[in-house]
Amino acid sequence: MAPVIEAVGLTKKFGTTTALDGLDLTVHEGEVHGFLGPNGAGKSTTIRVLLGLLRTDGGTVTLLGRDPWADATELHRQLAYVPGDVVLWPNLTGGEVIDLLGRLRGGIDEGRRAELLEAFELDPTKKGRSYSKGNRQKVALVAAFASDVPLLVLDEPTSGLDPLMEKVFQEHLARVRAEGRTVLLSSHILSEVETAADRVSIVRAGRIVDSGTLADLRHLTRTSISASLARPLAGSEAGGWPGVDSAREDRDRIVLSVETSAVGDVLQRLGAHGIEALTCQPPTLEELFLSQYRDTLTDPAPREEVPA
Amino acid sequence: MTSLAGTGTLLRLAWRRDRWIVVASVLALVATAYGSMAATLDLYPSDAAAASGASAMVDNPSLTALYGPLPSATVAGIGVLKTVMMGSLATAFLAFALVRRHTRSEEEDGRLELLAAGVVGRRAPLAAAFALASLTVLATGLLSALSLLATGVDAVGSFALGAVEVVAGLVMTGVTAVAVQLTSTTRGAGGIAIGVLGLAFVIRATADTATGAGQDLAWLSFLGWAEKVSPYGANRLWLVVPAVVATALLLAVADALLHRRDLGSGLWAARPGPARGAARLGTPYGLAWRLQRGSLLGWTIGYAVLGLVIGNIASSVDQIADSPDVEEMLRKMSGGQGSLLDAFFGTELRFLAVGAAAYGIATALRLRSEENAGRGEIVLATPVSRWRWLASHLVIAGAGSVWLLAVVGVAAGVAAGSVSTTGVAELLPAALATAPAVLVCVGLTLLLFGLVPRLSTAAWAVLAEFVVLGEFGALLSLPGWALGLSPFDHLGSLPGGDPNAAGLVGLLVVAALVAAVGATAFRRRDLAT
Ligand SMILES: Nc1ncnc2c1ncn2[C@@H]1O[C@H](COP(=O)(O)OP(=O)(O)OP(=O)(O)O)[C@@H](O)[C@H]1O
Ligand SMILES: [Mg+2]
Repeated sequence: MAPVIEAVGLTKKFGTTTALDGLDLTVHEGEVHGFLGPNGAGKSTTIRVLLGLLRTDGGTVTLLGRDPWADATELHRQLAYVPGDVVLWPNLTGGEVIDLLGRLRGGIDEGRRAELLEAFELDPTKKGRSYSKGNRQKVALVAAFASDVPLLVLDEPTSGLDPLMEKVFQEHLARVRAEGRTVLLSSHILSEVETAADRVSIVRAGRIVDSGTLADLRHLTRTSISASLARPLAGSEAGGWPGVDSAREDRDRIVLSVETSAVGDVLQRLGAHGIEALTCQPPTLEELFLSQYRDTLTDPAPREEVPA
Repeated sequence: MTSLAGTGTLLRLAWRRDRWIVVASVLALVATAYGSMAATLDLYPSDAAAASGASAMVDNPSLTALYGPLPSATVAGIGVLKTVMMGSLATAFLAFALVRRHTRSEEEDGRLELLAAGVVGRRAPLAAAFALASLTVLATGLLSALSLLATGVDAVGSFALGAVEVVAGLVMTGVTAVAVQLTSTTRGAGGIAIGVLGLAFVIRATADTATGAGQDLAWLSFLGWAEKVSPYGANRLWLVVPAVVATALLLAVADALLHRRDLGSGLWAARPGPARGAARLGTPYGLAWRLQRGSLLGWTIGYAVLGLVIGNIASSVDQIADSPDVEEMLRKMSGGQGSLLDAFFGTELRFLAVGAAAYGIATALRLRSEENAGRGEIVLATPVSRWRWLASHLVIAGAGSVWLLAVVGVAAGVAAGSVSTTGVAELLPAALATAPAVLVCVGLTLLLFGLVPRLSTAAWAVLAEFVVLGEFGALLSLPGWALGLSPFDHLGSLPGGDPNAAGLVGLLVVAALVAAVGATAFRRRDLAT
């Protein structure tokens, strides 16, 4: 079956800034596709190209088999979009915006609308100007989830949500996936798409640096373990354990980078040295890039940030 | 006073952001003051020579309604006649724009939050905005005065003209400072402040064209104070004192309100609204109408009042303007045909057409602000085509400005019909005949929006240019083709004269062409992000 989204060699320049530099992206029907990248990587730009809001300077792109620039209006009947920074009309209430967007998209599922409002604890009678960032985000999310469209394009949809609401979001995302709809979900936090995504594409400096299923990308999901031990342990010794990628001593602590599958073993070995304090955390995307791609990328120079 | 902490930093920031536009606006104001004085001095070599020209102005009702009474029957008095009221309005508008931009707009966009979390005191944004606006006003007044001095006219009168601009600008600074505390939106604050300015104008226009005690009403309006400074005439420079007092009082009110509200909100709290969207809201047109209806309602009320006021003056036109000189002058201003009354209405309607164009431009510019804020993106990511989105706002800009012209035509016709032979049948078509020029302005706005979106707001500069050409072009003896650059130059002389049908059709064609080019360019360009 033809992919829902297929971009090949996309380039996009803003003046002298190259936002997209030969980006390839393939999203298949029915999958939740995580679109990962640090700030300024080109996620929002890619999404705007896919929506026909921006023209490309090169490369080809098809959405549901059609050209998003030429057939924008037709294509938009089949998708719902949640922008990264939702701006609402100051004098329209959240409920009005949800209905407006729903009707513009050709109808809204009433039952789902009510359900979503409740789940997200959103007051639909408030005016746009009195919503917090998270609540503006919720308005757009409710409108998108309540529309009966085959494709959802979500640009950092959880950036303003608190952890509780993020959970609600994940539940609804799971439901959308169960219904067989396709989702493009951008984020700059790996763990966020980890739970929901079938496949992930990682973008940096306008180019895809890695793409595949989460299992393919397991090597990316190293956990950082920091422990202070009763009986000292040399970094060089721990570095030789299976599944340990790197180890160093940091004052009275030892800091290890461990493959996720080996975390249990490593904890056991650490236990033998008497654990006094322990923190485990998934690596941030930036850390991943620093460790993983520093050598392979020719042009990793950070570019200037422009609020999108 | 820690609540003022950071004022200096904010002021420097504001100056950095706005210095070019401030300098350009001030220089434009100074140049018009200088230009019209210099041109008048060329026209009349002596006060004696000016006397006959002056006699045509002293009792001219349409001049009085627009510009206020002639300050003195001297060359210098004629030279500042237009500058007094137009300069007052322009200075007031500049002050308004600066104060609002650095207070309410900043707050609405959330930028002040960034600052308020830092070391910036609560009063600092307002203080900085006031400082920038009042310094701009003072600079305008001072430089205008010096430029007039350079033409060799009376010194006290020249400083009095500076005082005119200072009075109008300062009080408007205070008015805006209060307005931005009341509502939580830039637009709402603008509506209040401009409403007050419009009211001040109507009060003084009514008072100036009234007879007897009614004339004292002008003291109720701060534009009335500005005009009563009367440069080269009574030279009431002391009127700066009440203006400063009024400004201080308004600032004190603004400051008190500031302490009663939260950052980002207005004193009038936002009330909850409907939980469901009305059926009408389901299309781009419904949305555009919802966003624009408030402003159209405000303008409609304003234009209805202005129409009634102007129509009412009709009763006294024949009595006050009884010299052949006045008649001659009025004819020239309105295109040259018809009766005295026709000429009077012709002049006023052209002035109102410029106002309708301002409405059209402001309404069409909503496209730009929607795009910039990212709300355009939300709508354009639904099955709404770029054409439909464009059309939804453009229809309101075009039809709305024609509607305003119709309102003023009917209102003036009804009022005039009861006291004279001119009524709705004459004034409605005359008002509507100015629509093609207004539509050209709307079309040009769309052209800028499509081709050079960053410069969309230059539409205001274009309109200002048209006004300068119309008001001062002939005085500066510009060539015919230059005057013809303004669409308002191609209007016929209705009521009572030749409608210049060919010219009107030509304007409509131009309007359609520029709009089509603008729309096509918009369809082909990136949406701003
Ligand atoms: N309209 C624009 N004009 C100029 N440069 C732009 C514009 N839009 C984006 N850029 C630049 O293009 C690059 C990619 O930006 P983009 O917004 O796509 O990044 P992103 O991955 O969405 O980042 P974030 O996680 O911060 O949202 C950045 O360097 C940005 O500065
Ligand atoms: Mg982004």
